[in-house]
Amino acid sequence: MESLQILERVKNKFADRVLETSEKAPDPFVVVDPKSIVEIGKFMNEDPDLAMDCLSNETGVDYKDRIEVVYHLFSYSKRHGAVLKVKLPRDNPSVATLEGVWKSANWMEREIFDLIGVNFEGHSDMRRILMPEDWIGHPQRKDFVEPAEYHGISTVRESPIIRLDTKKK
Amino acid sequence: MSTLHTEEMTLNMGPQHPSTHGVLRFVVRADGEVMREAIPDVGYLHRSIEKIAEKVGYHGFMPYTDRVDYVCAMFTNQGWGMACEKLAGIEVPHRGEYCRVIAAEFNRIASHLLSVGAMAMDIGAVTPFTHAIREREMINDLIEELCGARLTFNYMRIGGVAWDLPPGWREKALAYLDHFDPILEEYNALISWNKIYIERLANVGVITPAEAVNYNLVGPNLRACGIKWDIRKDIPYSVYPEFEFDVPIGDGHWGKLGDSMDRYVVRIREMAESSKILRQALQKIPGGPVLAKVARNFKPPAGECQIRLESGRGDMGWYLVSDGSGYPWRVHVRTGSFAAMGIIQKLSAGLMIADLVTLIASLDVIAPEIDR
Repeated sequence: MESLQILERVKNKFADRVLETSEKAPDPFVVVDPKSIVEIGKFMNEDPDLAMDCLSNETGVDYKDRIEVVYHLFSYSKRHGAVLKVKLPRDNPSVATLEGVWKSANWMEREIFDLIGVNFEGHSDMRRILMPEDWIGHPQRKDFVEPAEYHGISTVRESPIIRLDTKKK
Repeated sequence: MSTLHTEEMTLNMGPQHPSTHGVLRFVVRADGEVMREAIPDVGYLHRSIEKIAEKVGYHGFMPYTDRVDYVCAMFTNQGWGMACEKLAGIEVPHRGEYCRVIAAEFNRIASHLLSVGAMAMDIGAVTPFTHAIREREMINDLIEELCGARLTFNYMRIGGVAWDLPPGWREKALAYLDHFDPILEEYNALISWNKIYIERLANVGVITPAEAVNYNLVGPNLRACGIKWDIRKDIPYSVYPEFEFDVPIGDGHWGKLGDSMDRYVVRIREMAESSKILRQALQKIPGGPVLAKVARNFKPPAGECQIRLESGRGDMGWYLVSDGSGYPWRVHVRTGSFAAMGIIQKLSAGLMIADLVTLIASLDVIAPEIDR
């Protein structure tokens, strides 16, 4: 199936919970209600025509006024894919985990939690994955300010190049 | 007979450990030699490459992509180039695509050589590693002549490649392939069909096809489970449709389908297929420019796209969001090693501690690709 047909099918099934559609090339997508993401995910996984057996990619994007979680679904048996999105408020973003449908969501959601700060409800192991456990803040947020030091290790370095023209006599 | 008193112990493996292929750490809960669980702890090599992309602009990010996966940096170069080209609708010149494929397939052979060599070394056979590295050095020499670097190539650009093939390079490359094909046989005779080696790999870390798909395993790890899926064939990109090659898959010949031996053999066979592609590409390479005209102040239209390509470690996804300015809004790389690490905790239950090393090596994880 073409990506647009897949999205059409999702819209027909969950008319009231598809909030927005973008048919813009190259990758069309639908924005769905965060509350029903698990239900929609399950449907797309189990429906024999869609058979999305793989969550190929899951990532978060900070748009300054909202945070989006993007799901790239893919089907090995049908050889087609589709893109789903949810929009979340910037303070305290939270959405249900898709770990129960696709196991690969486990680590990708941990990464989103770590770098963007989205809380995934019902996740089995919601810990930081890439940053140290005592890190404060979420680095992929647009307003993240890099701390000057981490445990006494400076995060800036003076340029080792000696500028002869500005050297004091 | 009285039962033996046993006790669960917690072991630390890594981050500095010779068999962890970079800086990885495992917390192993074991009962004697048998593991209950191995919990991976990653992030030691996190350099926030995706955040750097937002600060250095489109052209400036190309050298950084090398560092995503330094063992096959051509593919990360190509992935970044492809994502930008797809968003901006740039067409790469035909010769440029050929140069990309030639460089990338040489890189695939080099990456697989390191993988199979290091795997033999992890199992305890040191000699095959030196053989594999010897061949890889020659490929590095070839690539060095092509782009001036041996590891972090920075060869590709948005819209093509930086330099055309140097004079006489084509003949050298073909001569190397003539030398390489028998070497593969030699390597197989040296280690692949060795009885002890097969015993160590067969039936270890068996992954079922359904599990592999659910955990999003990609590339050789997925094909070893018997799933015939190669992005080069199934979602064709670049000029791959112009070449004839097979997609080797695992068949469970030595043990169960999807065990470590299958993953190993798939890599060995893929090297032969890459060699086939290279011969065709070097023979058929057309003339013309290698780099499309791309503005120095490159600004793709606002929008988003995802591209997938077959890297040495499998399907690599680049997700790019642009807001129309000279700097990407968001870049995300979905890599094969990241998914492969995610399945280790599940597979490790019931394995021997020594087999954890086999498992990591057979999944071919590269630490910087996990952490980015």
